[in-house]
Amino acid sequence: MSIEVPNDVRYIESVIGLIQYECRLLDFPSRYCALNLPVALSEALSNAILRGNDDDPEKAVNVSLSATTQSIVIEVRDEGPGFDLEASTHDPADPANLEREDGRGVFLMRALMDRVEQFDDDGNVVRLTIGRP
Amino acid sequence: MSFAIDKQGDIVVVDVEGQLIVGNRQELKQKVLDELEKGGRKFLVDFTQTGYIDSSGLGVLVSLSKKIREQGGELRLANLNDDLKTLFELTKLDTLFQIADTRERALESF
Repeated sequence: MSIEVPNDVRYIESVIGLIQYECRLLDFPSRYCALNLPVALSEALSNAILRGNDDDPEKAVNVSLSATTQSIVIEVRDEGPGFDLEASTHDPADPANLEREDGRGVFLMRALMDRVEQFDDDGNVVRLTIGRP
Repeated sequence: MSFAIDKQGDIVVVDVEGQLIVGNRQELKQKVLDELEKGGRKFLVDFTQTGYIDSSGLGVLVSLSKKIREQGGELRLANLNDDLKTLFELTKLDTLFQIADTRERALESF
């Protein structure tokens, strides 16, 4: 499955709904479908829309899903030149960061998925992978 | 997805009707700040109808909590499902917010 998403954060929930449907269809654990994938994908999409594509309404984000009975792999591709995924990450376990408004996105992606990879391939791509436990 | 505001005595209760994510966090922020400006100081956010919250949603709760405390008030949370509790534990935000299992307990706690 591959879909082209307008560069607007208001579409994020609908995209997540499609991925949740596939997750449940493949009978992955309910927490994966209700929490891990939705939160990780929301982070990847908001990064792609707001940072990768610089909130430009003329651009789009491509989301592709490869799902098997053993794993779910989602790739989020934006049209930007790439950005440092780790640049604005802060360790939430550090008490100094507890009251920060930002900086939890990449931490959550890494905490909720088995693998988070970033690479350039005709655009900036973030790949999220989670396997059946 | 939207946010319903209700008053229980002097407590402002906000029902989150759906997910709290980057696409709607500003709406929540504005509604709570409007109530804070009108004099509200005790705030309860009820997540009965919420499945997930992303980092932007968590961030807006942190920001609102800070602003409300600066005005001498408090923001408390209720009805987080097990997945949401995990999210707050992962990010250590369970140490920042007072979280009640039910709306009634949260209202009594003020």
